[in-house]
Amino acid sequence: MSSTRSARSRRASRALWLFPVPALALYLFFFAYPTVQAVQYALTDWDGYSAAYRSVGLDNFRQLATGDDVFRNAAENNLKLMVVVVLAQTALALLLALYLVRTTRASTVLRALFFLPTVLSSVAVAFVWRFVYDPDGGLLNSGLRAVGLGNLQSVYLGNPDTAVYWLALTQVWFHAGQMMVVFIAGLQAIPRELYEAAELDGAGRLARFRYVTWPLVAPATGIVVAYTTVQSFKAFDLVLGLGGNPPGPALDLLSTRVYTTFSNNQFGYAAAQSLLFMALIALLTWVQRRAIRRATR
Amino acid sequence: MTKTLRPLVLTLGAATVVVPLLVVVFGTFKTLPQLFDSPLSPPSSPTLDNYRRAVDEGGLGAAFGNSVLVTAGAVVLTLAVASLAAFFCARVPGRVGWIVFGVLVAGLAVPAQAAIVPQYVLFDRLGLTDSLFGLVLVDTTMTLPTAVFILGGFLRTIPEELYEAAELDGAGPLRSFVSLTLPLTRPALATTGIFLFVMDWNDLLYPLLFIRSHEQRTLPLALLDFQGEFQTQYPLLFAGVVIASVPVIVVYVLLQRHFVSGLTAGAVRG
Repeated sequence: MSSTRSARSRRASRALWLFPVPALALYLFFFAYPTVQAVQYALTDWDGYSAAYRSVGLDNFRQLATGDDVFRNAAENNLKLMVVVVLAQTALALLLALYLVRTTRASTVLRALFFLPTVLSSVAVAFVWRFVYDPDGGLLNSGLRAVGLGNLQSVYLGNPDTAVYWLALTQVWFHAGQMMVVFIAGLQAIPRELYEAAELDGAGRLARFRYVTWPLVAPATGIVVAYTTVQSFKAFDLVLGLGGNPPGPALDLLSTRVYTTFSNNQFGYAAAQSLLFMALIALLTWVQRRAIRRATR
Repeated sequence: MTKTLRPLVLTLGAATVVVPLLVVVFGTFKTLPQLFDSPLSPPSSPTLDNYRRAVDEGGLGAAFGNSVLVTAGAVVLTLAVASLAAFFCARVPGRVGWIVFGVLVAGLAVPAQAAIVPQYVLFDRLGLTDSLFGLVLVDTTMTLPTAVFILGGFLRTIPEELYEAAELDGAGPLRSFVSLTLPLTRPALATTGIFLFVMDWNDLLYPLLFIRSHEQRTLPLALLDFQGEFQTQYPLLFAGVVIASVPVIVVYVLLQRHFVSGLTAGAVRG
C-alpha cells in the first residue's frame, strides 16, 4: 500500500516537471533564440531575402556611432522626449496623487478618470491628439481663437524644432494616471502618526511635505522615474499615429528608426540598431536602479 | 492657498481628459465642417454616416472580429501556459524553481524591438506571418514574462500545508493545480487576464510587422491605415477611435479595481 503510494507520488512529481515546458518552449523558441540571433544578423549586411549574406564585422556599429545622421537625430529626439516626459510626468503624477490620496467619493471618480487614457490604444490616443494639434480647425487653435488669444496659435507638430515636445505632452496625458496610482500606493504606506508628530512640532504644510512626505515617498518616485524613462524610450505607436508611417525627422525616435530600417529591408543594419537600442535601455535601467538604491538607503 | 488651488488644479486636470474625449464622441456624429466650426457643441443633426463608412470603407468590422479572435486566443493561451509555469516555480523548492522563474521573467527587461528582425524571419519561414494564429503565438510569447511575474507572486502565497493535505488525499500535481490552485487564484487570474487583454487588444507592433493582407488586419492596424486613407477626415478617424475603444472602456468601467492592480503590477516591474 505505502509502496504504491510513494510510487504514485514519484510519478506525480515527475509530471510536475512537464508544467513549465509549454511556457519555456514558446519563450525560448520565439523570443530568446531570436534575441540571440539578432547579434548574428547585426554582423552582416543581409537584406532579409538573399540566400547569401556577407559578414561585415562591426561595420554596422561603426556606421551607427559615427556616420548615421538620421540615427543620431532619432537619438537626440529620444533624449529630449525623455527629459521632458520624466520631469513633467513625475511632477504631475505626484501632484495628482497628493490631491487624490484620501478616499472620498470625488477622488475615487477622479482617479478613475485620470487613469482612463492608459487603457486606450495608442493609435486612438494619437488620433485624438492629431485633432487637438491640427493647425486649421484643431482644438488648441480654435480654443485660443475663442478666448481671444489667436496670436498664440501654432502649427505644433508642423514645427520641426518643437514637434517632439508636443509628442511629450501627449505621452504625459496618456500615462500620467498610471504613475499617479503608483504614487498613491506609496503615499498610503506613510504612517499617519508621522504627520501628527510633525504637526505637534509646529511643522507647516510645506515643512511636512519636505521632511515627511518627500523622503518617504522616495521609493515610489524611484519606481515612477525608472518606469517613465523606459516608457518614453520605447514610445513607438504614438509616433506612428501622430507623425505618420514612417514619421518625419521631427518625430523620429530610435524605436521608429529600427522599424523603418527593417521595412527598407536592411535587416542586418536594423538588427544592429535594435541591439544598440536594447543596450541603451538596459544601461538606463541599471543606472537608475543604482541611483534609486542610493537614494532610498 | 491650497484650499483654492486644489479644486482648480483638479478641475483643470479633469477637463484635459474629458474635453478631448467628449469632442471625439460628439465628432463621430458630425460632418467635418460642423466639427471645425464648433468642436465642443453636441451634434445638431446627428449622422451615423461616419460609423458606416469606417466599417465599410475602413474595414473596421472585419478588423474588430480579427482583434476579438487574436485577443481571446492570446489571453487564454497565455493564462494557461503562464499559470502552469508559475505553479511549477512555486511548487518546486530551491534553486530550480527560481531559475525557471528568472529565465521567464528576464524577458521583462528586453524591449520587443530587440528581436523583431529575427522574429520576423522565423515566423515567416514557419508560414506564420500574415496569419491570426501567428499573432496569437507571438502575443502569447511577448506577454508571458508579465503573466508569469504577476501570477508567480500570487501563487507563492498559497500555504504549503494545503498542498500537503491534498497530496495525502492522493492528489497529483495536476489535480492540486486544477482543484486547489486555480480556484484559490481566481482573482489573480482575472487581474492578469485583464492586463493581458489591454496589451493584446492594443498591440500594434506585431500586426504592423507580420500582417500584409487587408483581411487579416487587427483593429489598431486598420486604424493606423486610416491615416493614409482618410488623413484629416476627423469624424471618420473619431468613429474608428470609438469602435476600437468601446470594448476596453466597457471592461474598464465594470472591472476597474482589477485594472488598476494589474496595470500597476505591470508598471512596478520596471
